[in-house]
Amino acid sequence: MDYLTELESKTIYVIREAYSRFDRIGMLWSIGKDSTSLLWMCRKAFFGEVPFPIIHIDTSYKFKEIYEFREKYAKEWNLDLKVARNDRAIDAGMGPDKGAKLDCCNALKTQALKDFLAELQLDAILLGIRRDEHGIRSKERYFSPRDEHFKWNYEDQPPELWDQFKSSTEGHDHLRVHPILHMTELDIWRYVKKEDLPVVDLYFAKNGKRYRSIGCACCCTTVDSDADDIDKIIHEIETTDVSERSGRAQDKEDAYTMQKLRALGYM
Amino acid sequence: MGKRESMKIVIVGHVDHGKSTLIGRLLYDTGSLPPDRMEVIRKTCEEMGMPVEFAFVMDHLREERERGITIDTAQTFFNTPSRDYVIIDAPGHKEFMKNMITGASQAETSILVIDVDEGVQEQTKRHAYILGMLNLKKNILVMNKMDLVDYSRERFEEVRDEVTAFLKRLDITPSYIVPAVGTLGENFAKKSDKIPWYDGPTVFGALDALEKDKDISEKPLRMPVQDVYEVEGKRIIAGRIESGKLKDGEELVLLPEDIKVKITGVLEFNRERHSAEACESIGITISDDGTAKRGDLLSDPGNRPRTGKKIIATLFWMSPQAFDIGEKLTFRANTQETPCTVKEIMRRIDSSTLDVIEDNARVLKENEVGEILIECEKPVSFELFRFIPELGRFVLERGNDIVAGGIITHSL
Repeated sequence: MDYLTELESKTIYVIREAYSRFDRIGMLWSIGKDSTSLLWMCRKAFFGEVPFPIIHIDTSYKFKEIYEFREKYAKEWNLDLKVARNDRAIDAGMGPDKGAKLDCCNALKTQALKDFLAELQLDAILLGIRRDEHGIRSKERYFSPRDEHFKWNYEDQPPELWDQFKSSTEGHDHLRVHPILHMTELDIWRYVKKEDLPVVDLYFAKNGKRYRSIGCACCCTTVDSDADDIDKIIHEIETTDVSERSGRAQDKEDAYTMQKLRALGYM
Repeated sequence: MGKRESMKIVIVGHVDHGKSTLIGRLLYDTGSLPPDRMEVIRKTCEEMGMPVEFAFVMDHLREERERGITIDTAQTFFNTPSRDYVIIDAPGHKEFMKNMITGASQAETSILVIDVDEGVQEQTKRHAYILGMLNLKKNILVMNKMDLVDYSRERFEEVRDEVTAFLKRLDITPSYIVPAVGTLGENFAKKSDKIPWYDGPTVFGALDALEKDKDISEKPLRMPVQDVYEVEGKRIIAGRIESGKLKDGEELVLLPEDIKVKITGVLEFNRERHSAEACESIGITISDDGTAKRGDLLSDPGNRPRTGKKIIATLFWMSPQAFDIGEKLTFRANTQETPCTVKEIMRRIDSSTLDVIEDNARVLKENEVGEILIECEKPVSFELFRFIPELGRFVLERGNDIVAGGIITHSL
């Protein structure tokens, strides 16, 4: 069997397990290539109609292309789109220039998600993180419990064997479910090509620059690249020696920023 | 592109025998460590006042780096010209066995690392036992740290004989046994001139030479029902084909109800399908669609799985809270789930020595193995692990926690 089909099949299995095990679930859609691929696999898992809300955490600092893409596909794919925003912090002036990036990510992403989960009372949320993105993410489980403070107890994670996952939230606040954990950046791009998926234009090179990872406009930088179509991007990633998140500010502050962020409930 | 082969390997072995260094070496020699990632590691080590530590490639948690140990399993990726590899790192410490098993259960093959200077140690044996239990019987033995024994052929052979004798008891015969030095890269990317007496493949050569398992789609059809969805007036049975294949119009049997059904459609969103095979998460519609539910199994009618309430299995107990015979647990195998009790522990085994602790035991403690008889409340459909592994393995749950993993060895 085609290895991309095998990867997709595992993802769909995990999505269906989450849906079957938990009454109230949702999916976080950052509108990047990973969560858009995950969203596509949710559509495939349920034969077109995704039976749960799709949540966008909006920091208000995203690229305009991201907002356009969101509106277009939310409509075209008939999504139950919910936008989560920490307006109080935004109105109070929280932004990337105000203090440490850690604080901004915490207020505008993690807190926004906390408020929203409390409001929707979700048991489980699907997220498009991948093991090869970051060393801390490589330690994740498919089904990962979080407490009411969103803390991740990475020193004592539940065992996962043979696609048998943690199946209850008892004693926890909610579960994070990571259906594309096993896919790499290269797998995602090959999958985007195979399934002919739309992605935000920012990934394609213009004037010798492109974004390899997208998020808030202020905290993402471009990489040098002439890859202006999917085939060229695939070729670039096959041969590059620059890591994917090299353009992401929140990874840079110190060696453990990502661990701190994740321990506090960051995606 | 899609035809490229990928292989998942777990790296196991005793603490400090060089697992993380071996992984660092595999990544480094294949150019899979971006310079910027290496730079971050170099800086962190500098701040901690220590030489560059390859283990930090996998050990990302601050607690792991400060204590110099691997706490949890992690996965990383590299490729050779012939294949893509997923490396699964497994903690060596006894207290993190559940993490080691979590990692190893996702692998297809393994590298067992042994420090030739120290020889076989407790975790070498325990990890080897898990490999045997998980049916990871195709593996590579890397005899690491050859530099510490002056590349001595005699010492190599002595340790090799000790390990292979132990592995033989677990029915494991290593495909390759490679003398190597992870820190220096001897016998990794190219043949070491310090070990002229060895004429086998390098570590990379051995990896690329390992063959993938035979295609599971040649086995009889087994498709556990994962869920049933109503879509545009149709009841779609969703599930993953664990073995075999299916096509439009074929007759199947739905178990445990024992109802004959016919496939009326094979469905994938956005694609026209008429057939599907093992490993695919797919949807089908069937002639009698009123009864199928999660936990049922669709099978080839001419070659059915075993069905019953009593199962004989080998069980690895992972919880720090010991277990007493008669305790109510939940049996979970693929999408089936039922309350169960362990009726007998015929043998209680120490997983690091393979010594029988006692016959007819009443308790199993953390990291112990039991040969047990389980009785389920409801009948389950299963296979012996050695025939179709996907249908021959299960976990036990206590309350809401997975506490044990087992493989089915016999039925009654």
